[in-house]
Amino acid sequence: MKTIIFIIQKEFRQIFRDKGMLPIIFILPLIQLLILSNAASFEVQNIKFSYIDHDHSAASRELISKFQASKSFKIVNQFNTKEEANIEMQKGNVDIILEIPTHFERNLITEKATTLSVSINAIDGASAGVENVYISQIIGTYNQKTQSQLFQYNDGTFVSPQNIVTIPSFWYNNTLNYKTYMVPGILVLLVTMITLFLSSMNIVREKEIGTLEQINVTPIKKHQFIIGKLFPFWILGLVILSIGLLIAKFVFNVPMLGSLVLIYAFTSIYLLVILGIGIFISNHSDTQQQAMFIAWFFMVIFLLMSGLFTPIESMPHWAQNITLFNPIRYFVEIIRMVMLKGATFSDITTQFSIITGYAIVLNTLAVLSYKKVN
Amino acid sequence: MNQEKIITVNNLTKEFGSFTAVDGISFDVYKGEIFGFLGANGAGKTTAIKMLIGISKPTSGEALVAGFDVKTHAEMVKKSIGYMSQKFSMYDDLTIKENITFFGGIYGLSRAKIKEKTTQLIQDLNLQDVADKLVKALPLGWKQKLSFSVALLHEPKIVFLDEPTGGVDPITRRQFWEMIYAEAHKGTTLFVTTHYMDEAEYCDRVSIMVEGKIEALDSPKNLKQKYNVDSMNDVFLKLARNVE
Amino acid sequence: MKRFIGFVTKEFYHIFRDKRTMFILFGMPMVQIMLFGFAITNEVNNVNIAIFDQSKDSETQQIINKISASKYFKIESQITHEAQIESIFRTGKVKAVLVFEKDFIQNLQNKKTAKVQVITDATDPNMANTITNYINAILQNYSQEINTNSKPLYQIQTQTQLYYNPELKSVFTFVPGVMTIILMLVSAMMTSISITREKEMGTMEVLLVSPIKPFQVVIGKVFPYIFLSIINATIILLLGIFVFKMPIEGSLFLLALESILFIITALSLGILISTIAQSQQTAMMFSLAGLMLPVIILSGFIFPISSMPVPLQIISNIIPAKWFIIIIKAIMLKGATIHTIWKETLILIGMTLFFIAVSIKKYKIRLE
Repeated sequence: MKTIIFIIQKEFRQIFRDKGMLPIIFILPLIQLLILSNAASFEVQNIKFSYIDHDHSAASRELISKFQASKSFKIVNQFNTKEEANIEMQKGNVDIILEIPTHFERNLITEKATTLSVSINAIDGASAGVENVYISQIIGTYNQKTQSQLFQYNDGTFVSPQNIVTIPSFWYNNTLNYKTYMVPGILVLLVTMITLFLSSMNIVREKEIGTLEQINVTPIKKHQFIIGKLFPFWILGLVILSIGLLIAKFVFNVPMLGSLVLIYAFTSIYLLVILGIGIFISNHSDTQQQAMFIAWFFMVIFLLMSGLFTPIESMPHWAQNITLFNPIRYFVEIIRMVMLKGATFSDITTQFSIITGYAIVLNTLAVLSYKKVN
Repeated sequence: MNQEKIITVNNLTKEFGSFTAVDGISFDVYKGEIFGFLGANGAGKTTAIKMLIGISKPTSGEALVAGFDVKTHAEMVKKSIGYMSQKFSMYDDLTIKENITFFGGIYGLSRAKIKEKTTQLIQDLNLQDVADKLVKALPLGWKQKLSFSVALLHEPKIVFLDEPTGGVDPITRRQFWEMIYAEAHKGTTLFVTTHYMDEAEYCDRVSIMVEGKIEALDSPKNLKQKYNVDSMNDVFLKLARNVE
Repeated sequence: MKRFIGFVTKEFYHIFRDKRTMFILFGMPMVQIMLFGFAITNEVNNVNIAIFDQSKDSETQQIINKISASKYFKIESQITHEAQIESIFRTGKVKAVLVFEKDFIQNLQNKKTAKVQVITDATDPNMANTITNYINAILQNYSQEINTNSKPLYQIQTQTQLYYNPELKSVFTFVPGVMTIILMLVSAMMTSISITREKEMGTMEVLLVSPIKPFQVVIGKVFPYIFLSIINATIILLLGIFVFKMPIEGSLFLLALESILFIITALSLGILISTIAQSQQTAMMFSLAGLMLPVIILSGFIFPISSMPVPLQIISNIIPAKWFIIIIKAIMLKGATIHTIWKETLILIGMTLFFIAVSIKKYKIRLE
């Protein structure tokens, strides 16, 4: 135990002495949390809308005004021909082209049916899907309105249709604020990234400098060395988490429905998993460059397979199974459940036991992979 | 001289794949002597030392260091030895005091003991002015002396010095050897590798390693007689040339 | 020149001899692109939902059948009490609960209106919104079916054309995105590390006092990585084209040139980092922790830039990856020529020159 304290003391001294590293450890993640949380949103806004009105009628103007009124659309241009419009779309200046045919209004009244054509720039498939839904909603409401207006002219045929009304109700986040969703997730990611990178570079760095050999000729026990190495980063992780939670609370107003103790308890175990992975990588690398590369490889996979940005439910089955091995997945899931939904310990026992198992296996591997003898 | 054996090496071998770095060496080192371990670059000195200090597993053969088998009781060996590698291996980004505290700590010294040792060491080496400076800023010679003193912190029975004086000026080398003598005087055994042949003259006994084997082992005086030359340098050249 | 070639050869040896790094360098992009191309999508599929049917009549049963028949939803469970909604959400098992009101069929037939409440777990707002829209669409469809005898009299039909990516495949967004991330990080990170490594080991001084000129040293260090990055880019593009059936509407030659340009941009960023960072650790943490998230989030790879708050849209302009993603998407999907993307190309060139200029200045200061 005493020996461990000496290692911890030394590690802390080295961390705080490196003036180049300190801002990277503490400031960089927080700035990223502050800035990037605002950017990470799938909300589709400022859709660049343009139209070609061949009809110039009251009806066509009314339809266009509906788009004007919607806050998702931004009318950027009006074109005379489709060719003109297409060129602008090619350049990326326009997302939507609504083409209203000649005799739009007349057809609506006399032939009781008419056609609109809409072109969507679908280069970003996801946004295009959302834009499509918005457009059909606007045209749909316009449709219903004209129907009831026109019904009154020929009331003989009037039959009241049967209607199923959907009442949406958004729980836990009724304003659909994306930040409450992303801030905890990004925080998880930053905590993970900093601790994983630092720990995976740590031992291999001593290997490169030559000090590890000096340690290896001392009678220090493997577990003492690994624990002494882990502990400072463990503390670091918890400190970053705490600052991040404060920012979440006071800057982004993210609710904290569940128990803070639960979050800290989970993080404490989770950090052991990440640090275990880091030390394992470090022990198996010869240079810091190698270690970083491997750490980065896992980080990108962990990150994109974590459900942080894209829903896990939408992945194919085999990919969902892969995510079961991803520790970040559990942390992202849990921090959101606890903070936003007030999940209690009994709701997350499964994740808790998985991550604990993980921690035990990885840290055993970390200790075993540290070889004092070649 | 006390003839108690403190290191016994028997047929020690290390192979890396098909390459035999250390080829069945056998020798004894006696308590309290300064044992010179000589050889050209690549002769296998460092590999041999690494087996003796328990950070490299022998392929075959055995070695007892301070009474413990390096194969089975490497950790016990480590308690009894000190080691100073040819590459400076203190922490550059820690101060002198902090380095001493750290290494003292992992050898299991108490805080009080560390404090006492630190004061003494800094006084002996005349480092009062720079004790709180980063090690990075020290000249090489001072770093070397510091490493040696740190290797002695836990009062080991044997100290292994792997080319301790590489790259330092003659005056510092001289001072360094004075430190070695002083330590030997206290009864510590010193196991030194070097390729400065004048330094070999300072040893009680020297062994000369050529291509993984020990070609000669005796006191410098006897060796010079045997090969009928004036200096250790010539002994060395003769042995090395035989191989070519 | 001969000396320079010798130096470059040495660098190549350094890199190619390290089997593990080579494996990661080439294996990683492949694994990542396959994994992400197949697995990552922000489409909504197979969402687990629960049903709270307080009416249990033929009408609600039909609607439930409709919903479970759609590929978007999977009915996870039926619940019987309102209190269960809360607990089922808390475990995270379902994302939405459909609540049918009491006397659904009677209300529909007599009052002509029946209500379905769609309660979504809106912790993920995007998901919640999409689910609501999909369910709404299914219900509207169903309404139209039951009203067959009384069709709406007037109707506007919309013909929608989806340009450039008619099947709305998200893999078309992810392949360029992953390619950009990999090139950015491999090039910027690897160069910054390999240069700071020489600094740390003290070998940089040796190189600098040798008759090789400083810029030759840097170019020599960078050159192998240009080569590696080009191979990487090629592998990724081939996978994109043959495995994910990405079209190449534009010129392959232009695509290759733009990729090389971007690689050089990333490398010069790496050089810049290495002039600032003193240790490998700082260089790595900076290129990893500092570049990874901004590149992923602000480049438009996952999140649409045009929907971001204005200050962030402005910040996104300094991310080289953003411009490169625009360029590749334009060439591959839209068949753009240099006439449409000259602006983006110039920006990348400008950034590259800027990085190089600052690095040279920094190097000079140190040497003086």
